[in-house]
Amino acid sequence: MGMTVGDGRMEAFRSEVGDSGAVCVRGGATRWGVGGGSAGAREVSAPVGIMALEPAEMTVMVGAGTTLTELAGELAVHGLEVGMDGPQGSTVGGALAVGRSALRRRRVGQIADVLLQADCVGADGVAFTAGGPTVKNVTGYDLCRLLVGSLGTLALVGRVILRTRPVPVCSVWLAGEVEPDLVLEATYRPASVLWDGARTSVLLEGHGADVDQMVETLGRLGLAAAEPPVLAPGRGRWSGLLPDDGVLEVGAGVVHQPDDSGPPIVSEGVLNLAARMRASFDPSGRLNPGRDPYSRAA
Amino acid sequence: MQRRSRDPLVRDLVAALDPERVQVDDVARRLYSRDASVLRGGRAGVICFPVTTAEVSACVVAAVAHGRDFVARGAGTGLAGGAVPCDEPVMIVLTRMDRILEVDESRRLAWVEPGVVNLDLSRHLGGTGLHFAPDPSSQQSCTIGGNVANNSGGPHCLLYGVTSAHVLAVEVVLPDGEVVVLGNEEGDSVGYDLRGAFVGGEGTLGIATRICVRLTEDPPEVATLLLDFMSVGAAAETVSAIIAAGMIPAALEMMDQQVVEAVEPFVNAGYPTDAAAVLIVELDGQPAGVADEIRRIRELASTHGARSVRVAADEGERERIWKGRKSAFGAIAVIKPDYYLNDTVIPRTKLAEVVERIYEIVEEQDLIVMNVFHAGDGNLHPLLLFDAREEGVMERVLAAGEEIVRVSVAAGGVLSGEHGIGLEKKRFMSLQFSPADLEAQSRLRAAFDPDGRANPAKVLPSGASCGHVTSLGRLPEGTWV
Repeated sequence: MGMTVGDGRMEAFRSEVGDSGAVCVRGGATRWGVGGGSAGAREVSAPVGIMALEPAEMTVMVGAGTTLTELAGELAVHGLEVGMDGPQGSTVGGALAVGRSALRRRRVGQIADVLLQADCVGADGVAFTAGGPTVKNVTGYDLCRLLVGSLGTLALVGRVILRTRPVPVCSVWLAGEVEPDLVLEATYRPASVLWDGARTSVLLEGHGADVDQMVETLGRLGLAAAEPPVLAPGRGRWSGLLPDDGVLEVGAGVVHQPDDSGPPIVSEGVLNLAARMRASFDPSGRLNPGRDPYSRAA
Repeated sequence: MQRRSRDPLVRDLVAALDPERVQVDDVARRLYSRDASVLRGGRAGVICFPVTTAEVSACVVAAVAHGRDFVARGAGTGLAGGAVPCDEPVMIVLTRMDRILEVDESRRLAWVEPGVVNLDLSRHLGGTGLHFAPDPSSQQSCTIGGNVANNSGGPHCLLYGVTSAHVLAVEVVLPDGEVVVLGNEEGDSVGYDLRGAFVGGEGTLGIATRICVRLTEDPPEVATLLLDFMSVGAAAETVSAIIAAGMIPAALEMMDQQVVEAVEPFVNAGYPTDAAAVLIVELDGQPAGVADEIRRIRELASTHGARSVRVAADEGERERIWKGRKSAFGAIAVIKPDYYLNDTVIPRTKLAEVVERIYEIVEEQDLIVMNVFHAGDGNLHPLLLFDAREEGVMERVLAAGEEIVRVSVAAGGVLSGEHGIGLEKKRFMSLQFSPADLEAQSRLRAAFDPDGRANPAKVLPSGASCGHVTSLGRLPEGTWV
């Protein structure tokens, strides 16, 4: 709980959020419509900038308003990255609020596992910290995982500590008209596997000689080097049937498609628990009042 | 055949389960009043052994209807008193729900009941090329339901992550008896990540009755290295250097000289008993990547003062190196009869400084300490050894434990890396968290359990007090850390 660089900016953020009136945080607004809009709520912005980068701890402390591009640039200097992605202009806070795991999730893990600590402002205008600064921590309740994907409806996140990881030495996309299951059998921990109903694209990462070995194996199956695939902006949840213009992220439950599909069906018991959760954190409903995490497609 | 109980709660429970699976005799009540921790609380009220989700729900409903609390329990291997009852609750023991329900190899997931023993799942998966990654040292005894409750770790969590990263979905009986499924088999959460919030809830948010776990591919190549050093500081600096160089070993464990000296006669792993510290480094992945990391670690080790780097030549040698680590605590029983095991996390870069401080603290209290821990993620496990028959020793043990926690938090660390808070550390929560931080945590808990019936008096410092250290148990067979 000691003072750190950026405490002044956190206090300014807390003061801007205040303790009354509908409020939302604007990041890059690249996915502003996910789960609803701002509904006219007062917009505030989270602190920007990298506050502490600790390669030997595998952590970085960063203002939630920092863009993913800026963070990636700074981390790359040290051969590091965070397991997050988003459209050009996305911020760290925005990507966490939306809570979509990176396209490379099979290698870098779920976005829920990236967030170690979050300095937040609650609906009552009081600052609090969720989680802790170390890479391993089971102290108390896991508020960080609850915050990821909550679209800013439980608390507003100003500053975070993220887990970093080494950038892979070698990385290559391949594609070919092969079933994804065959590609999975022939590779070890590919970073991403995509299937459009006919073609499978796969992202291989690792040590050069290991990647070369997999490229050779997959070449015999008919896959060849390819440009990274360009994915449509919409999302749907995998139902076992691929739409004509959809691309499945194999094992991730996500279909990339031109338009968002409707939200998945959620049981009444879960919706009741979620409503209790939201009311418990924000009894007056002032945080991102126009957004509902259950109204989104995927 | 038991006599018909006069207690209406017991009558309801017997009606919901059957008489053999509801126990109220003194032996059972004593047995289920303890876990593997040093803590004592109240006494188990009624002990139930449900075998279905509906029966678990019926137990919860009956408890609450009669104004009683309930405490879920797996194998009772917890070290923080999380399963110790307070105030005669209904104990819901899940060890008879021990079926592996489904293994989907192609989608790399399995549905299991909470009473499945951790290692039994990986054994069951033998030959599939898949395993369940969390490997707490108690994995021969602990249950997956308990792993979910504690968000358990283990040596290989350095690379693969703790239990939460391996739980896709969980069927939960909420504290009002309602059954919900949190999470989903594939993909990010729909709406709030209530699954993520539930895992690590230490039984205070509801009871897991079915768990969908992620299965991890067995790595094609594994290398186990043993490095030895003439100082703990040099070993600790090597740990930081490995991570700073951009390598994440599958496991990175440290044992100090006291542990090595105690263990070596039992396992004959070839640990150098004159070393101040040894590191076990396990690398896994594909052959070229592993070979490259071995080369880089050899270089780093020599520039940081390692006397030797040994790479296990075969599976037998690899097993011996690990056997020493995993059975460290059996060997310790010959030194002193009683023990207290702590669990804190500190920034890796503070390892040398904090371990040295721990030696000082323990010396001030005239105790013996052994350090065998997950150095790669800064997760300390100082083990205090003593003889409880010595007068006044308990006070010294607790004073040392408290000082270790304080030093860890002051170094920028946290209270627990894998054992949880339970009863043991709730009084320390305010060292790490402000009142507002704790208030936010209580909001999470209240959404799951508005009436505070699920394992109350645990985790958060507010509320009823329960739990005290009256005496410490003898070191049981096959003790873990």
